[in-house]
Amino acid sequence: MTSAICCTELRVSYGQLEVLRGVTFDIPVGQGVVLLGANGCGKSTLMRSLNGLEKLQSGRILIHGDSLADASRGELRRIRRGMGYVFQQFNLVPQLSAFQNVLLGAMGRHRFGLLSCLGMTASAQERARAMACLERVGMADRAQHRPSQLSGGQQQRVAIARMLMQAPKVVIADEPIASLDPKAGREVLDLLWQIVREEGLSMLCTLHQLDLAREYADRIIGMKAGQVAIDAAIADTDPVQLNALYTGMTRVDAKGEEDAA
Amino acid sequence: MTENTRIPPRFRAPSALTWVLVVGFAAFFIQGVVASEISFDRLVRGASNLVRFIGQAVPPDFARAPNIADAMWETLNIAVVGVTFGCLFSIPLALLAARNTAPNAVVRTVARFVISVSRTIPDLIWALIFVVTVGLGPLAGILAIIMDTIGFAARFYSERFEEVQKGPSEALTSTGAGRLSVIFGAILPESFASMTATSLFSVEKAIRSAVTLGLVGAGGIGVELSTAMRLFRYDQAAAIILVILVVVVVFEQISSSIRKRII
Repeated sequence: MTSAICCTELRVSYGQLEVLRGVTFDIPVGQGVVLLGANGCGKSTLMRSLNGLEKLQSGRILIHGDSLADASRGELRRIRRGMGYVFQQFNLVPQLSAFQNVLLGAMGRHRFGLLSCLGMTASAQERARAMACLERVGMADRAQHRPSQLSGGQQQRVAIARMLMQAPKVVIADEPIASLDPKAGREVLDLLWQIVREEGLSMLCTLHQLDLAREYADRIIGMKAGQVAIDAAIADTDPVQLNALYTGMTRVDAKGEEDAA
Repeated sequence: MTENTRIPPRFRAPSALTWVLVVGFAAFFIQGVVASEISFDRLVRGASNLVRFIGQAVPPDFARAPNIADAMWETLNIAVVGVTFGCLFSIPLALLAARNTAPNAVVRTVARFVISVSRTIPDLIWALIFVVTVGLGPLAGILAIIMDTIGFAARFYSERFEEVQKGPSEALTSTGAGRLSVIFGAILPESFASMTATSLFSVEKAIRSAVTLGLVGAGGIGVELSTAMRLFRYDQAAAIILVILVVVVVFEQISSSIRKRII
């Protein structure tokens, strides 16, 4: 069986700063993985490079067996289409209604892109689908609201509906609940994992809460200073080991021991 | 406070560059005053001429009201048609000129060059050029307004495009959407309010310039005004100026009230 995400020796640098220093891991289809790590350890860069938003210096990423690095523009779009991305800042288009934002999730699927995904021009089938996605995340009654009229948790639900609309096979969630309060965060995380499990998707999700990570994930990958420090099934991890991710030299931009505290 | 912290001095000698600039400006200014022969005597004579002009201009003569109305209507036509095309052409130009939407650096440089040329050349000079190329009349005026609008609107549109948040565009890119879809799905909606405000500003600006374009023969009420002035019919000129004043003020009010609603 091919794996959903397969990374080999990823290296990414910003100028002199090496952010990813040889990251290797492999996520089989259907597995839900939580990525842990302190701020500045390279998690976000890793997530972004999985989607081709960040250029690799060396290494290889295979998404369902397709290599990102040597993909042409069209191929890259095809790979992206199969990969849902949930952002910390939701990244909905502020001027558009929740419904229209969800419809935009289908853009990659259509030959004419946006033209097939406007509220006015989308097919009845796509419109019904978008509404079903909103219903699934419990936001059907807010379809006409703009993001600014919704709470953070509700906005993230709409973003999840957009991801559902895209019908991906892999989900990348970059700190999906980091800007939400604990209760809303828990609800959104419940919803996200429930959807991932029901659809049989593979997921790589970054979190900052160790207890939530242990509760939801099948497996935990821990990053420290641009490298994988822990990669273990959930049963094989212990809190001491996880806490160690957040002490000592965690950041990729740390100069010496004294900065890294 | 430690020994080596010192109170900053009250006065610091200006740098050499400041001296050069100040002295250079002063010299230029004085030379300008001398060269334009500003004298008390001429100002007094000018004041008495102004009184004579006002004396002949009051009461304004509205006998030619139908002609004035026609000319004013033509002015509005020039302004609205010109500004509409100008704003429409500005969108693609601005997309090509903005850092985050331009396909490559060469296209971007060319687009920015086109925009800055149309901005740098004043509207009256555009009108002169188009009067020569397409002849007297409103078409020359419309073309001049188009160029003038592009210089203004395309620049502000493209600055707005560069300011949009990266997040929503990245989110759409990450779904596998094409570049154009991302631009029209995220960047344009985000810029829409500001673009409308800019376009309304362009309308106001266009009406003001359409009024003067007639002075060089590019159609509109300026033609009437310059004729009246040349024939020393200051009462007719006063009527025209009053009409212009009212129309421009009314348009500015409408446009600013729409802008307030959008933003």
